[in-house]
Amino acid sequence: MPRIIKDGQLVDDRWIVLRRGELGELPPCADDDDVIVPLDAWLADPAFWSDRPGRCGVWLAPDADLGPAGALVAGLPLLAVDFPVFTDGRGYSIGRLLRERYNFDGELRAIGDVGRDQLQLLWQVGFNAFVIKAGQDVAQSLAGLDCFSEHYQGNYRDPQPLFKRSRPAT
Amino acid sequence: MYRYDEVDARLVRERVEQFRDQTRRFLAGELTEDEFRPLRLMNGLYVQRHAPMLRIAIPYGLLSSAQLRTLADVARRYDRGYGHFTTRQNMQLNWPELAQVPEILAELAEVEMHAIQTSGNCIRNTTTDPYAGVAADEILDPRPWCELIRQWSTFHPEFTFLPRKFKIAVSGSVADRAATQVHDVGLWARRNDEGEIGFTVLVGGGLGRTPMIGEVVRDFLPARHLLTYLDAILRVYNRYGRRDNKYKARIKILVKALTVPGFAAKVEEEWSHLKDGPATLEAGDAERFAGYFSAPAYAKPDASAQEELERTLGAERAFARWFERNVHAQRQAGYYTVTLSLKKTGTPPGDITSEQMEAAADWADRFAHGQLRVSHEQNLLLADIGAGDLFAVWQLAREQGFATPNIGLVTDVICCPGGDFCSLANAKSIPVAEAIQRRLDDLDYLHDLGEISLNMSGCMNACGHHHIGNIGILGVDKNGEEWYQVTLGGSQGNHAALGRVIGPSVARERVPEVVASVLATYVELRHADEAFIDVVRRVGIDPFKEKIYAPHH
Ligand code: SF4
Repeated sequence: MPRIIKDGQLVDDRWIVLRRGELGELPPCADDDDVIVPLDAWLADPAFWSDRPGRCGVWLAPDADLGPAGALVAGLPLLAVDFPVFTDGRGYSIGRLLRERYNFDGELRAIGDVGRDQLQLLWQVGFNAFVIKAGQDVAQSLAGLDCFSEHYQGNYRDPQPLFKRSRPAT
Repeated sequence: MYRYDEVDARLVRERVEQFRDQTRRFLAGELTEDEFRPLRLMNGLYVQRHAPMLRIAIPYGLLSSAQLRTLADVARRYDRGYGHFTTRQNMQLNWPELAQVPEILAELAEVEMHAIQTSGNCIRNTTTDPYAGVAADEILDPRPWCELIRQWSTFHPEFTFLPRKFKIAVSGSVADRAATQVHDVGLWARRNDEGEIGFTVLVGGGLGRTPMIGEVVRDFLPARHLLTYLDAILRVYNRYGRRDNKYKARIKILVKALTVPGFAAKVEEEWSHLKDGPATLEAGDAERFAGYFSAPAYAKPDASAQEELERTLGAERAFARWFERNVHAQRQAGYYTVTLSLKKTGTPPGDITSEQMEAAADWADRFAHGQLRVSHEQNLLLADIGAGDLFAVWQLAREQGFATPNIGLVTDVICCPGGDFCSLANAKSIPVAEAIQRRLDDLDYLHDLGEISLNMSGCMNACGHHHIGNIGILGVDKNGEEWYQVTLGGSQGNHAALGRVIGPSVARERVPEVVASVLATYVELRHADEAFIDVVRRVGIDPFKEKIYAPHH
């Protein structure tokens, strides 16, 4: 079973990400698979996905429109945000918005081109699960979660900026 | 100036360790070139023509003497004994070894320095007026606000992977000396009718391939809301800025696509959720940051020193000329800011040797409370010099080749490193700047010409800000040869304007002659002491064009 990083631990993972094929079709999956489906597939038929025996989460592309969708998906147990390349930073804003504006409190997972050097930033904006990309060692990537012991600006984990917390030396 | 506390120092050390490990993984083949590139850029490290180039941050252009000494030492031991000040108040080293960069960063960290976010698609060093705190026309000292922005922007988790680089400049005075209109975000301090402090917020300025002057998206933002409003701007940009084409990825293109009111509305919508959030300043916060930049204890003006200065100015013509160009009276009576010119003919503009850095650091300790400032025009400044010390400073500056009396004159060239160093260049810029300076070596003539800015870039990226030079020179590639396009009428300041191209580009050898012809035409056309830029505005570019492109007899 694949291993991912979740809440700072290595864990086995049974979720399957369904990505559309070239013709727009979803790959087949067993009824009791836990699946993460594209936002549009879920929006097209939420009841279908919730009635399956397996659990269902939704993944968002970086250009996802959160408009009405944000509130609709916020009740799901798992949301994932796709990073087609790690330099595409849109997912960081999406993560924060899901947490802070839509009050999503399930598992927020980073998928795609996700590596050790992004983990702490992703954690700070609200992600708590990371599927490390092929070619990078998952266990070693854990170290990427705590490169820095402080942060200047407020973030999802700690909304208070440093200048509000530190008091002037007397 | 702002001194690091334990947390700032720890974060910089942690950054050094993080980068050391990233470099190790890259050299060991665990990170690919594509994976490593953005990481090294965010630590200021480029791969250049000859070697890596390391850009070291000088937050809002403020340096302590100890920092400058360390730069001198690092430049000597890891480089070739000199550094280069950029138009964004940073320092570049042109010859470090990749494997040594983590060591350099560790040494810099000892004096509260780093290369964090000096490159890459993130929020870059915030820049400001080199006369902060001493300018007569100051509304608000910009430095505390720059420091707040520095802290807010450093390792901002949401905005580390933007569509493109993002530059902020702050002006605290009536006259804009920070080129705020050509930044992604420009902030102008102002007071509203109730006397409340705030900022006019400009967005979407920038040079490069598609030069644009920033536009006002909010006329008055109360200062306490600065950080949440910046968060809103950046979030809109991060989500909607183009990522499919790097030449269309700056925020200016987004502002244009949405229109200014459309963009402003999106920011306001986002801000409505963020406003009054935890980053809102409360009573005491601004004061605490202001306290980091508290003024030195100025002595009462010394009448006898002032008289003595007047006498020396009358007796020493060379000193008087330097005083006229390179010395600015401060709002604190009896105190002056001295500009050490890094525009001596024969030295690449903005370059400074380790020996010069050490000398300047010593003078800073002796005369200027141990502080220095770097200007956008690529010079080094010493503030708070008493009237009685000016003559001594001038003599010292002369010994070190710092006293060229040309600040604001046409030979005070703003210039990028160009084809001698930069791998993106179309053409060289340094030898062209030198050829122009050599051609204009008559000091009387130069002083008679008065204030003229000449800016030069080696390619469209416009690091030398050629669009906003009164005279702009851009290196272009013409069938593999280096040619130069000339623009006239650009300006920075409160009414920033982009220069207009006067005609077909010219060969390298012709550039000095073209500049000389532009200047001669100006002298013919000017009324009394009308400034160069005013003449260009009055008559347009045609008279200049005719002179330059007229068939030779
Ligand atoms: S303007 Fe072009 S040549 Fe000059 S430093 Fe910038 S990228 Fe290099």
